[in-house]
Amino acid sequence: MKIFGLLAVLVTGGLLISAVVDFPDFGDPHSPANAGVVATHFVEKTYEETHVPNMVTAVLADYRGYDTMFETVVIFTGGIAIIAILQGIGLGRRRGAVPTPPRADGDHHDIIVGTTCRILIPVIQLFALYVVAHGHYSPGGGFQGGVILGASFILWAIARDLDAGLARMPERRFLVLGAVGIFIYAAFGWGAQFLGANFLDYSILHKVMPGTGPVMARYHSMLGVEVGVAFTVTAIMFAIYAHLSTRGKLEGGL
Amino acid sequence: MGFLTEYVIPHFNFWIYVILLMIGLYAMITKNNLIKKLIGMSIFQTAIILFYVSLAAKEGARIPILTGDVLYAEKKLHAVVEEGGGKEAVGPQITQISQIEASAVAEDEEEEEVGEELLSYGKNFGEELDEGAVGHDHLGLIDPDAYANPLPHVLMLTAIVVGVATLGVGLAIVQMIYREYGTIEEKEILEKVKEGEGKYG
Repeated sequence: MKIFGLLAVLVTGGLLISAVVDFPDFGDPHSPANAGVVATHFVEKTYEETHVPNMVTAVLADYRGYDTMFETVVIFTGGIAIIAILQGIGLGRRRGAVPTPPRADGDHHDIIVGTTCRILIPVIQLFALYVVAHGHYSPGGGFQGGVILGASFILWAIARDLDAGLARMPERRFLVLGAVGIFIYAAFGWGAQFLGANFLDYSILHKVMPGTGPVMARYHSMLGVEVGVAFTVTAIMFAIYAHLSTRGKLEGGL
Repeated sequence: MGFLTEYVIPHFNFWIYVILLMIGLYAMITKNNLIKKLIGMSIFQTAIILFYVSLAAKEGARIPILTGDVLYAEKKLHAVVEEGGGKEAVGPQITQISQIEASAVAEDEEEEEVGEELLSYGKNFGEELDEGAVGHDHLGLIDPDAYANPLPHVLMLTAIVVGVATLGVGLAIVQMIYREYGTIEEKEILEKVKEGEGKYG
Protein backbone atom coordinates (compact mmCIF):
# COMPACT_ATOMS: atom_id res chain seq x y z
CA MET A 1 0.00 0.00 0.00
CA LYS A 2 2.77 2.40 0.99
CA ILE A 3 4.68 1.47 -2.17
CA PHE A 4 1.75 2.54 -4.33
CA GLY A 5 1.47 5.81 -2.43
CA LEU A 6 5.18 6.47 -2.85
CA LEU A 7 4.91 5.64 -6.55
CA ALA A 8 2.00 8.06 -7.07
CA VAL A 9 3.88 10.81 -5.20
CA LEU A 10 7.05 10.25 -7.23
CA VAL A 11 5.13 10.34 -10.53
CA THR A 12 3.39 13.58 -9.51
CA GLY A 13 6.66 15.11 -8.37
CA GLY A 14 8.41 14.04 -11.55
CA LEU A 15 5.71 15.61 -13.73
CA LEU A 16 5.89 18.86 -11.74
CA ILE A 17 9.70 18.95 -11.93
CA SER A 18 9.61 18.38 -15.68
CA ALA A 19 7.26 21.37 -16.00
CA VAL A 20 9.19 23.52 -13.55
CA VAL A 21 12.48 23.53 -15.49
CA ASP A 22 10.75 25.59 -18.20
CA PHE A 23 9.63 28.21 -15.69
CA PRO A 24 11.28 31.66 -15.54
CA ASP A 25 14.28 32.00 -13.24
CA PHE A 26 13.79 32.93 -9.60
CA GLY A 27 13.62 36.71 -9.15
CA ASP A 28 13.23 37.46 -12.85
CA PRO A 29 11.48 40.86 -13.02
CA HIS A 30 10.37 40.22 -16.61
CA SER A 31 8.69 36.86 -16.07
CA PRO A 32 5.10 36.71 -17.43
CA ALA A 33 3.67 36.88 -13.91
CA ASN A 34 5.66 39.99 -12.97
CA ALA A 35 5.67 41.91 -16.27
CA GLY A 36 2.03 41.30 -17.19
CA VAL A 37 -0.41 44.14 -17.71
CA VAL A 38 -2.26 43.55 -14.44
CA ALA A 39 0.79 43.29 -12.17
CA THR A 40 2.48 46.40 -13.61
CA HIS A 41 -0.78 48.33 -13.45
CA PHE A 42 -1.09 47.56 -9.75
CA VAL A 43 2.44 48.78 -9.05
CA GLU A 44 2.32 51.91 -11.19
CA LYS A 45 -1.25 53.11 -10.81
CA THR A 46 -2.33 52.10 -7.32
CA TYR A 47 -1.19 55.32 -5.69
CA GLU A 48 -2.65 57.45 -8.44
CA GLU A 49 -6.02 55.71 -8.35
CA THR A 50 -6.48 55.09 -4.63
CA HIS A 51 -3.80 57.10 -2.72
CA VAL A 52 -2.92 53.98 -0.72
CA PRO A 53 0.86 53.47 -0.54
CA ASN A 54 0.52 49.78 0.38
CA MET A 55 -0.32 48.13 -2.93
CA VAL A 56 -1.23 44.83 -1.29
CA THR A 57 -3.98 46.48 0.76
CA ALA A 58 -5.30 48.36 -2.28
CA VAL A 59 -5.41 45.25 -4.45
CA LEU A 60 -6.96 43.23 -1.61
CA ALA A 61 -9.74 45.60 -0.61
CA ASP A 62 -10.41 47.48 -3.82
CA TYR A 63 -9.31 45.89 -7.10
CA ARG A 64 -10.09 42.38 -5.87
CA GLY A 65 -12.92 43.38 -3.55
CA TYR A 66 -15.22 40.56 -4.63
CA ASP A 67 -12.53 37.97 -3.96
CA THR A 68 -11.80 39.30 -0.49
CA MET A 69 -15.46 39.63 0.41
CA PHE A 70 -16.20 36.03 -0.42
CA GLU A 71 -12.98 34.83 1.23
CA THR A 72 -14.40 36.43 4.35
CA VAL A 73 -17.65 34.57 3.71
CA VAL A 74 -15.63 31.34 3.39
CA ILE A 75 -14.05 31.96 6.80
CA PHE A 76 -17.48 32.65 8.30
CA THR A 77 -18.88 29.51 6.67
CA GLY A 78 -15.91 27.53 8.00
CA GLY A 79 -16.67 28.72 11.53
CA ILE A 80 -20.36 27.88 11.15
CA ALA A 81 -19.45 24.44 9.79
CA ILE A 82 -17.25 23.70 12.81
CA ILE A 83 -20.05 24.72 15.17
CA ALA A 84 -22.56 22.62 13.22
CA ILE A 85 -20.31 19.54 13.18
CA LEU A 86 -19.25 19.64 16.82
CA GLN A 87 -22.61 20.59 18.28
CA GLY A 88 -24.19 17.85 16.20
CA ILE A 89 -26.76 20.00 14.46
CA GLY A 90 -28.80 17.84 12.12
CA LEU A 91 -27.45 14.52 13.43
CA GLY A 92 -30.17 13.92 15.96
CA ARG A 93 -29.25 13.10 19.55
CA ARG A 94 -25.64 13.64 20.52
CA ARG A 95 -23.99 10.30 21.16
CA GLY A 96 -21.05 11.41 23.27
CA ALA A 97 -19.31 7.99 23.11
CA VAL A 98 -16.22 9.50 24.69
CA PRO A 99 -16.94 11.47 27.85
CA THR A 100 -15.13 14.74 28.36
CA PRO A 101 -12.21 14.27 30.70
CA PRO A 102 -12.90 15.63 34.20
CA ARG A 103 -11.50 19.04 34.91
CA ALA A 104 -8.37 19.29 36.96
CA ASP A 105 -9.01 20.01 40.59
CA GLY A 106 -8.35 23.37 42.16
CA ASP A 107 -8.85 26.82 40.75
CA HIS A 108 -7.51 27.87 37.40
CA HIS A 109 -6.36 31.27 38.55
CA ASP A 110 -2.60 30.96 38.57
CA ILE A 111 -1.35 34.32 39.80
CA ILE A 112 1.79 34.56 37.65
CA VAL A 113 0.07 33.53 34.41
CA GLY A 114 -2.96 35.67 35.18
CA THR A 115 -0.97 38.80 35.95
CA THR A 116 1.25 38.37 32.89
CA CYS A 117 -1.82 38.05 30.68
CA ARG A 118 -3.50 41.05 32.26
CA ILE A 119 -0.48 43.16 31.36
CA LEU A 120 0.16 41.55 27.97
CA ILE A 121 -3.33 41.32 26.50
CA PRO A 122 -4.07 45.08 26.30
CA VAL A 123 -0.77 45.54 24.45
CA ILE A 124 -1.61 42.71 22.04
CA GLN A 125 -5.06 44.16 21.39
CA LEU A 126 -3.69 47.66 20.88
CA PHE A 127 -1.17 46.26 18.41
CA ALA A 128 -3.97 44.39 16.64
CA LEU A 129 -5.95 47.61 16.23
CA TYR A 130 -2.80 49.33 14.95
CA VAL A 131 -2.27 46.57 12.39
CA VAL A 132 -5.87 46.96 11.18
CA ALA A 133 -5.80 50.75 11.06
CA HIS A 134 -2.29 51.12 9.65
CA GLY A 135 -2.79 48.64 6.81
CA HIS A 136 -2.67 51.49 4.28
CA TYR A 137 0.91 52.46 5.14
CA SER A 138 2.62 49.33 6.43
CA PRO A 139 2.18 45.56 6.19
CA GLY A 140 -1.15 44.86 7.81
CA GLY A 141 -4.88 44.94 7.32
CA GLY A 142 -8.06 43.23 8.37
CA PHE A 143 -6.95 39.61 8.15
CA GLN A 144 -3.69 40.08 10.05
CA GLY A 145 -5.12 42.41 12.69
CA GLY A 146 -8.18 40.18 13.11
CA VAL A 147 -6.03 37.13 13.74
CA ILE A 148 -3.95 38.99 16.36
CA LEU A 149 -7.09 40.27 18.08
CA GLY A 150 -8.59 36.75 18.05
CA ALA A 151 -5.32 35.41 19.47
CA SER A 152 -5.56 37.78 22.42
CA PHE A 153 -8.97 36.32 23.35
CA ILE A 154 -7.62 32.79 22.87
CA LEU A 155 -4.67 33.62 25.14
CA TRP A 156 -7.07 34.74 27.89
CA ALA A 157 -9.08 31.54 27.48
CA ILE A 158 -5.91 29.42 27.70
CA ALA A 159 -4.44 31.30 30.65
CA ARG A 160 -7.60 31.10 32.79
CA ASP A 161 -10.16 28.67 31.40
CA LEU A 162 -12.70 28.79 28.61
CA ASP A 163 -15.35 30.27 30.91
CA ALA A 164 -13.14 33.34 31.44
CA GLY A 165 -12.77 33.67 27.67
CA LEU A 166 -16.48 33.19 27.12
CA ALA A 167 -17.22 35.87 29.71
CA ARG A 168 -15.47 38.34 27.43
CA MET A 169 -16.70 36.83 24.18
CA PRO A 170 -19.89 34.79 24.68
CA GLU A 171 -21.16 32.43 22.00
CA ARG A 172 -23.88 34.82 20.94
CA ARG A 173 -21.44 37.72 20.66
CA PHE A 174 -18.93 36.00 18.41
CA LEU A 175 -21.63 34.70 16.12
CA VAL A 176 -23.15 38.16 15.79
CA LEU A 177 -19.72 39.77 15.39
CA GLY A 178 -18.82 37.38 12.58
CA ALA A 179 -22.00 38.19 10.70
CA VAL A 180 -21.68 41.93 11.37
CA GLY A 181 -18.20 41.94 9.79
CA ILE A 182 -19.53 40.55 6.52
CA PHE A 183 -22.48 42.93 6.72
CA ILE A 184 -20.10 45.92 7.06
CA TYR A 185 -18.22 44.72 3.99
CA ALA A 186 -21.39 44.19 1.98
CA ALA A 187 -22.78 47.54 3.15
CA PHE A 188 -20.01 49.35 1.28
CA GLY A 189 -20.93 47.36 -1.82
CA TRP A 190 -24.63 48.07 -1.42
CA GLY A 191 -23.90 51.74 -0.77
CA ALA A 192 -22.08 51.95 -4.09
CA GLN A 193 -24.94 50.12 -5.81
CA PHE A 194 -27.52 52.39 -4.22
CA LEU A 195 -25.71 55.46 -5.58
CA GLY A 196 -25.77 54.02 -9.08
CA ALA A 197 -22.33 52.40 -9.48
CA ASN A 198 -21.32 48.75 -9.55
CA PHE A 199 -21.18 46.61 -6.41
CA LEU A 200 -18.03 47.52 -4.39
CA ASP A 201 -17.15 50.42 -6.73
CA TYR A 202 -16.16 52.69 -3.84
CA SER A 203 -15.33 55.84 -5.81
CA ILE A 204 -19.01 56.77 -6.07
CA LEU A 205 -19.22 56.87 -2.26
CA HIS A 206 -17.67 60.35 -2.23
CA LYS A 207 -21.23 61.60 -2.59
CA VAL A 208 -22.01 60.49 0.96
CA MET A 209 -18.54 61.08 2.45
CA PRO A 210 -18.15 64.78 3.12
CA GLY A 211 -14.83 66.29 2.17
CA THR A 212 -13.62 63.50 -0.10
CA GLY A 213 -13.13 63.11 -3.80
CA PRO A 214 -13.57 59.90 -5.77
CA VAL A 215 -10.00 58.89 -4.97
CA MET A 216 -10.15 59.51 -1.23
CA ALA A 217 -13.54 57.77 -1.10
CA ARG A 218 -11.78 54.59 -2.22
CA TYR A 219 -9.08 55.18 0.39
CA HIS A 220 -11.56 55.51 3.25
CA SER A 221 -13.86 52.73 2.04
CA MET A 222 -10.90 50.33 2.10
CA LEU A 223 -10.39 51.07 5.80
CA GLY A 224 -14.08 50.37 6.47
CA VAL A 225 -13.92 47.12 4.57
CA GLU A 226 -10.78 46.05 6.47
CA VAL A 227 -12.55 46.72 9.77
CA GLY A 228 -15.38 44.43 8.62
CA VAL A 229 -12.88 41.70 7.73
CA ALA A 230 -11.18 42.12 11.13
CA PHE A 231 -14.51 41.65 12.95
CA THR A 232 -15.26 38.40 11.14
CA VAL A 233 -11.74 36.98 11.48
CA THR A 234 -11.54 37.82 15.22
CA ALA A 235 -14.89 36.21 15.93
CA ILE A 236 -14.31 33.08 13.87
CA MET A 237 -10.78 32.49 15.22
CA PHE A 238 -12.13 32.52 18.76
CA ALA A 239 -15.14 30.39 17.75
CA ILE A 240 -12.84 27.76 16.21
CA TYR A 241 -10.72 27.63 19.37
CA ALA A 242 -13.69 27.54 21.74
CA HIS A 243 -15.40 24.70 19.90
CA LEU A 244 -12.35 22.58 19.09
CA SER A 245 -11.00 22.75 22.66
CA THR A 246 -14.28 21.62 24.24
CA ARG A 247 -15.67 19.28 21.56
CA GLY A 248 -18.45 21.74 20.91
CA LYS A 249 -19.72 21.77 24.51
CA LEU A 250 -18.31 25.23 25.33
CA GLU A 251 -17.56 24.26 28.91
CA GLY A 252 -14.45 23.09 30.68
CA GLY A 253 -11.90 22.86 27.94
CA LEU A 254 -8.19 23.22 28.45
CA MET B 1 27.23 19.77 -12.79
CA GLY B 2 25.62 21.12 -15.93
CA PHE B 3 22.26 19.83 -14.78
CA LEU B 4 22.69 21.55 -11.42
CA THR B 5 23.60 24.99 -12.78
CA GLU B 6 21.12 24.87 -15.62
CA TYR B 7 18.01 23.38 -14.04
CA VAL B 8 18.28 23.34 -10.26
CA ILE B 9 19.95 26.56 -9.10
CA PRO B 10 17.97 29.10 -11.19
CA HIS B 11 14.72 27.37 -10.21
CA PHE B 12 15.57 26.36 -6.66
CA ASN B 13 12.32 27.89 -5.35
CA PHE B 14 10.27 25.59 -7.58
CA TRP B 15 12.31 22.56 -6.51
CA ILE B 16 11.66 23.34 -2.86
CA TYR B 17 7.96 23.76 -3.56
CA VAL B 18 7.79 20.44 -5.43
CA ILE B 19 9.64 18.59 -2.65
CA LEU B 20 7.40 20.07 0.07
CA LEU B 21 4.35 19.25 -2.03
CA MET B 22 5.52 15.64 -2.39
CA ILE B 23 6.04 15.34 1.38
CA GLY B 24 2.52 16.63 1.99
CA LEU B 25 0.98 14.40 -0.66
CA TYR B 26 2.83 11.33 0.68
CA ALA B 27 1.53 12.01 4.18
CA MET B 28 -2.02 12.45 2.89
CA ILE B 29 -1.93 9.20 0.90
CA THR B 30 -0.05 6.75 3.12
CA LYS B 31 -0.51 7.84 6.73
CA ASN B 32 -3.14 5.98 8.72
CA ASN B 33 -3.61 8.58 11.42
CA LEU B 34 -6.17 11.21 10.41
CA ILE B 35 -4.32 14.00 12.26
CA LYS B 36 -1.16 13.11 10.35
CA LYS B 37 -3.18 13.34 7.14
CA LEU B 38 -4.25 16.84 8.15
CA ILE B 39 -0.64 17.77 8.89
CA GLY B 40 0.18 16.54 5.38
CA MET B 41 -2.58 18.73 4.00
CA SER B 42 -1.10 21.74 5.81
CA ILE B 43 2.36 21.04 4.39
CA PHE B 44 0.76 20.76 0.93
CA GLN B 45 -0.95 24.14 1.41
CA THR B 46 2.29 25.71 2.59
CA ALA B 47 4.04 24.43 -0.54
CA ILE B 48 1.43 26.13 -2.74
CA ILE B 49 1.76 29.37 -0.77
CA LEU B 50 5.55 29.24 -1.13
CA PHE B 51 5.15 28.68 -4.87
CA TYR B 52 2.94 31.74 -5.34
CA VAL B 53 5.00 34.03 -3.14
CA SER B 54 8.26 33.01 -4.83
CA LEU B 55 6.69 33.88 -8.20
CA ALA B 56 6.24 37.45 -6.94
CA ALA B 57 9.92 37.93 -6.13
CA LYS B 58 12.01 40.25 -8.29
CA GLU B 59 15.78 40.56 -8.10
CA GLY B 60 16.65 43.58 -5.93
CA ALA B 61 13.01 44.64 -5.47
CA ARG B 62 11.45 46.02 -2.32
CA ILE B 63 8.16 45.12 -0.66
CA PRO B 64 5.22 46.65 -2.57
CA ILE B 65 4.72 49.64 -0.27
CA LEU B 66 5.63 53.18 -1.32
CA THR B 67 7.79 54.94 1.27
CA GLY B 68 10.16 57.85 1.69
CA ASP B 69 11.05 60.10 -1.22
CA VAL B 70 8.91 58.28 -3.76
CA LEU B 71 5.82 58.60 -1.60
CA TYR B 72 6.60 62.29 -0.94
CA ALA B 73 7.10 63.05 -4.63
CA GLU B 74 3.92 61.17 -5.57
CA LYS B 75 1.95 63.04 -2.90
CA LYS B 76 3.22 66.40 -4.15
CA LEU B 77 2.44 65.57 -7.75
CA HIS B 78 -1.08 64.37 -6.98
CA ALA B 79 -1.77 67.42 -4.84
CA VAL B 80 -0.98 69.47 -7.95
CA VAL B 81 -3.10 67.19 -10.13
CA GLU B 82 -6.08 67.51 -7.81
CA GLU B 83 -5.68 71.27 -7.43
CA GLY B 84 -5.58 71.68 -11.19
CA GLY B 85 -8.62 69.48 -11.59
CA GLY B 86 -7.14 67.47 -14.44
CA LYS B 87 -4.03 66.33 -16.18
CA GLU B 88 -4.18 69.22 -18.68
CA ALA B 89 -3.50 71.65 -15.86
CA VAL B 90 -0.53 69.77 -14.47
CA GLY B 91 1.99 71.18 -16.96
CA PRO B 92 1.72 74.87 -16.01
CA GLN B 93 1.53 73.88 -12.34
CA ILE B 94 4.80 72.00 -12.53
CA THR B 95 6.31 74.94 -14.45
CA GLN B 96 5.14 77.21 -11.67
CA ILE B 97 6.65 75.00 -8.97
CA SER B 98 9.96 74.93 -10.82
CA GLN B 99 9.75 78.73 -11.27
CA ILE B 100 9.38 79.18 -7.53
CA GLU B 101 12.24 76.81 -6.92
CA ALA B 102 14.34 78.52 -9.60
CA SER B 103 13.79 81.99 -8.17
CA ALA B 104 14.72 80.72 -4.72
CA VAL B 105 17.96 79.43 -6.15
CA ALA B 106 18.54 82.59 -8.20
CA GLU B 107 18.55 84.79 -5.10
CA ASP B 108 22.07 83.63 -4.70
CA GLU B 109 23.66 85.35 -7.76
CA GLU B 110 26.36 82.77 -8.22
CA GLU B 111 23.78 80.12 -8.83
CA GLU B 112 21.79 82.07 -11.39
CA GLU B 113 22.80 79.67 -14.10
CA VAL B 114 21.52 76.72 -12.16
CA GLY B 115 18.24 78.54 -11.58
CA GLU B 116 17.80 79.19 -15.30
CA GLU B 117 18.51 75.58 -16.09
CA LEU B 118 15.89 74.48 -13.61
CA LEU B 119 13.42 76.95 -15.07
CA SER B 120 13.89 75.75 -18.62
CA TYR B 121 13.62 72.13 -17.47
CA GLY B 122 10.36 72.89 -15.72
CA LYS B 123 9.01 74.75 -18.76
CA ASN B 124 9.95 72.01 -21.17
CA PHE B 125 8.53 69.36 -18.92
CA GLY B 126 5.30 71.26 -18.41
CA GLU B 127 4.87 71.81 -22.15
CA GLU B 128 5.55 68.20 -22.94
CA LEU B 129 3.03 67.14 -20.35
CA ASP B 130 0.53 69.60 -21.82
CA GLU B 131 0.95 68.19 -25.30
CA GLY B 132 0.52 64.69 -23.96
CA ALA B 133 4.02 63.77 -25.14
CA VAL B 134 4.78 62.41 -21.68
CA GLY B 135 2.32 60.78 -19.36
CA HIS B 136 2.33 60.19 -15.67
CA ASP B 137 4.13 56.91 -16.33
CA HIS B 138 7.15 58.79 -17.61
CA LEU B 139 7.65 60.82 -14.48
CA GLY B 140 9.87 57.96 -13.46
CA LEU B 141 8.60 57.95 -9.91
CA ILE B 142 7.39 54.38 -9.72
CA ASP B 143 9.46 51.75 -11.42
CA PRO B 144 7.57 48.43 -11.58
CA ASP B 145 10.83 46.49 -11.40
CA ALA B 146 11.68 48.10 -8.07
CA TYR B 147 8.68 46.65 -6.21
CA ALA B 148 7.69 43.03 -5.70
CA ASN B 149 4.54 41.91 -7.49
CA PRO B 150 1.64 42.60 -5.08
CA LEU B 151 -0.89 40.27 -6.72
CA PRO B 152 0.41 36.85 -5.50
CA HIS B 153 0.83 38.33 -2.02
CA VAL B 154 -2.85 39.31 -1.98
CA LEU B 155 -3.96 35.88 -3.16
CA MET B 156 -1.88 34.11 -0.50
CA LEU B 157 -2.91 36.54 2.24
CA THR B 158 -6.49 35.36 1.95
CA ALA B 159 -5.43 31.76 1.28
CA ILE B 160 -3.57 31.54 4.61
CA VAL B 161 -6.58 32.62 6.68
CA VAL B 162 -8.95 30.44 4.67
CA GLY B 163 -6.45 27.60 5.23
CA VAL B 164 -6.82 28.08 8.99
CA ALA B 165 -10.62 27.89 8.67
CA THR B 166 -10.53 24.73 6.52
CA LEU B 167 -7.99 23.12 8.88
CA GLY B 168 -10.41 23.89 11.71
CA VAL B 169 -13.23 22.14 9.84
CA GLY B 170 -10.93 19.14 9.26
CA LEU B 171 -10.05 18.95 12.96
CA ALA B 172 -13.74 19.21 13.90
CA ILE B 173 -14.56 16.27 11.62
CA VAL B 174 -11.69 14.23 13.14
CA GLN B 175 -13.04 15.01 16.63
CA MET B 176 -16.47 13.77 15.60
CA ILE B 177 -14.96 10.58 14.15
CA TYR B 178 -13.08 10.01 17.40
CA ARG B 179 -16.25 10.57 19.39
CA GLU B 180 -18.06 8.01 17.22
CA TYR B 181 -15.41 5.28 16.91
CA GLY B 182 -12.94 5.97 19.71
CA THR B 183 -9.99 5.99 17.32
CA ILE B 184 -8.49 8.12 14.58
CA GLU B 185 -6.54 5.30 12.88
CA GLU B 186 -8.02 4.78 9.44
CA LYS B 187 -7.66 0.98 9.45
CA GLU B 188 -9.35 0.57 12.82
CA ILE B 189 -12.20 2.84 11.73
CA LEU B 190 -12.72 0.77 8.57
CA GLU B 191 -12.79 -2.45 10.62
CA LYS B 192 -15.32 -0.99 13.00
CA VAL B 193 -17.46 0.17 10.10
CA LYS B 194 -17.38 -3.38 8.66
CA GLU B 195 -18.36 -4.86 12.02
CA GLY B 196 -21.32 -2.52 12.10
CA GLU B 197 -20.17 -0.47 15.03
CA GLY B 198 -20.83 3.24 15.31
CA LYS B 199 -23.68 5.27 13.95
CA TYR B 200 -22.73 4.85 10.31
CA GLY B 201 -21.64 1.19 10.51
